[in-house]
Amino acid sequence: MGNFAANEGLSIFVILVWLGINAFLFVHFYMAFLTERWFYTRVLLGQALSWARAPAAALNFNCMLILLPVCRNLLSFLRGSIQYCSRTAARQLDRNLTFHKLVAYMIAFHTAVHIIAHLFNFEYFMDAQLNRNSSLLPFVLSEIGTGDNASFLNPIRSNETNPTIVMFTTIAGLTGVAITLALILIITSSMEVIRRSYFEVFWYTHHLFVIFFIGLVFHGFGRIVRGQTAASLKTNKPDFCASRFEEWGNNGTNCTVPDFAGNPPGTWKWVVGPMILYVCERIVRLYRSHQKVVVTKVVMHPSKTLELQMKKKGFRMEVGQYVFIQCPSVSMLEWHPFTLTSAPEEDYFSAHIRIVGDWTQGLYEACVGDATQPQEAWKLPKIAIDGPFGTASEDVFRYEVVMLVGAGIGVTPFASILKSVWYKRIQNNQDVFTKKIYFYWLCPETQAFEWFADLLQSLENQMAEKEMTDFLSYNIYLTRWKDTEAAHFRVHHEAENDPITGLKQKTLYGKPNWDNEFTNIATKHPRSKVGVFLCGPPQLGKSLEKQSLSHSEADVKFIFNKENF
Amino acid sequence: MGKIEWAMWANEQALASGLILLTGGIVGVAGQFRGWQFAAYAVAAGVFVCLLEYPRSKRSKGTSVERTGQYCFTVCVKAFGPLTRNYYVRAFLHAAICVPGGFMLSTVLGCVCLGIASLIYLVAAIRGEHWEPILPRKEVRKPVTESIKNPPQNPPPRPPAEMRRKRVDDLEGAAYDNPISVTDD
Repeated sequence: MGNFAANEGLSIFVILVWLGINAFLFVHFYMAFLTERWFYTRVLLGQALSWARAPAAALNFNCMLILLPVCRNLLSFLRGSIQYCSRTAARQLDRNLTFHKLVAYMIAFHTAVHIIAHLFNFEYFMDAQLNRNSSLLPFVLSEIGTGDNASFLNPIRSNETNPTIVMFTTIAGLTGVAITLALILIITSSMEVIRRSYFEVFWYTHHLFVIFFIGLVFHGFGRIVRGQTAASLKTNKPDFCASRFEEWGNNGTNCTVPDFAGNPPGTWKWVVGPMILYVCERIVRLYRSHQKVVVTKVVMHPSKTLELQMKKKGFRMEVGQYVFIQCPSVSMLEWHPFTLTSAPEEDYFSAHIRIVGDWTQGLYEACVGDATQPQEAWKLPKIAIDGPFGTASEDVFRYEVVMLVGAGIGVTPFASILKSVWYKRIQNNQDVFTKKIYFYWLCPETQAFEWFADLLQSLENQMAEKEMTDFLSYNIYLTRWKDTEAAHFRVHHEAENDPITGLKQKTLYGKPNWDNEFTNIATKHPRSKVGVFLCGPPQLGKSLEKQSLSHSEADVKFIFNKENF
Repeated sequence: MGKIEWAMWANEQALASGLILLTGGIVGVAGQFRGWQFAAYAVAAGVFVCLLEYPRSKRSKGTSVERTGQYCFTVCVKAFGPLTRNYYVRAFLHAAICVPGGFMLSTVLGCVCLGIASLIYLVAAIRGEHWEPILPRKEVRKPVTESIKNPPQNPPPRPPAEMRRKRVDDLEGAAYDNPISVTDD
């Protein structure tokens, strides 16, 4: 339980604070429109006025927040500074996209409430104009300001129109439709199905947020929501004068005809700050992208994986971080994230890119070109890098014994970690705190093995040379195989090297028996803290978490870190 | 953007539009707005669009992810054959359905969104896409391979027992040539 609180506590706190502020704004602005100033407006609109204004306030707040989690460079900078105070706080910043999505859902929700309330408002305004009977207060109120068009209450100025036409002829209505359409298009193209398979549609459509913000700022410029002016409140007190509306303006009464005015637009005050920050963010990204990146080596691995080794002046990374890569010759606007597979101790940085879609295919063709001849260095395409971002997984090095579990493509950050641990251990002669690593790689098929197997093989050789074979113990599990391959494995069971990977350590089949694994490690390392790190599917995370908790007895503690990657 | 299947996005947009149309219609009817008949129509149209668009099509490339519980809807939609398979039909259908929504404020948003979905479907149709149902794969049992021929019905031909008994004193003399051929020639 302590683990849960340590891992999740701050996130839950942040979410609760955010929800609390939303609720507070909603209720506060709901009540603010129940005051005297809005008395006559409420005669026309009833509670629908408050129901429209309350979500509007919440929308201001959320639209302010939504730009902040996507200012990557700002977050990286904050993360670097906060890290010294609190590692947990720093880790919260890695959940920026989750927060961005939550805020987006809240915006969608408040937009829906706001629109429905305004549908009622338009209907009531129209009703007031259509029931043209001077003994009805709503009609009398609607007639105010007909002459000078300044002090009116009812934005629908005549009865020869209908709400749809009014909507398309007011600033608020037009901007409202435009930004709602933009919001709907952004949301439908951000659905997981579209995002994962057709990234370009998601990315380009998402830029409609520019229209969204411009429309949002101008939405209130028409000052269409009107309340009684302060001066008018002195000469026409609603609780006294409302019932005497037939005598307003007559001599002898204490009630003049009320005057109305709209509030000055306030949304810009909320969003101008984040908008400026975001513009700065894009400028920083543009600047960083023009820093020269040199591709020093391109390796094409058999499993349709392209390895790019690059150098950039002043580039510093930590283990497990990722960068965004752009290749202008493939696409000017697309930046795609890739985990760094090199260690900070190496003099280059590298990413292993699987060729799965348009952009990666284009990158492959640009880098490799005609595969029959070696590519000239100057023919390699220009690459731009933004980053590095993300979790610095140095937590791995804080444990004496470490269990690393990677599933499928989730093994990528571990390439960086394993290499870095090895470098620290060997080259720097420092006493690295980490004494033993248990590495588990779960993979459904053999094809994706190749480049990582090479890494393991070279580590295996180096360890044998230095006689440190017990430093790293790795287990590779094939979770899916074909019948034809199974026969091959059976026949070669006795061979010295594994038939798949060529490693001395044999490949195992099926899923690991975690109970056994944890028990073995617990017996081998009594009185120690074992860090368990996972990069893989959530179900695996749950089972590892359960195992960690159940095997943490008196002297051995398994500490599960699931949100590092 | 070469490999995009526009129909996938059109489907999301159309489903969202159906929901928006439905919500606008419900508000219009519940609030008894002027022109509530259009709102009532929007409720029916919204439900129809949602039912039509709920089952996702099978992707021509890559794995298709079903929506929860979409199998019964898939069967219904499939039953209409070419009407639902062809995206031109869908594009024009959505364009036609959305028009009455434009006559009332609460349904205008649904109308415009459905219009946009109709346009995206038109693009999908022009690019030659069509709707394929996602059906559970039937297991195809591989026929038993031909390597197992008829097992022998009779025991192998052997000389009588007294010849077969091992003559340990004269092993050389115990060897014999099989009188009957043991190969298939």
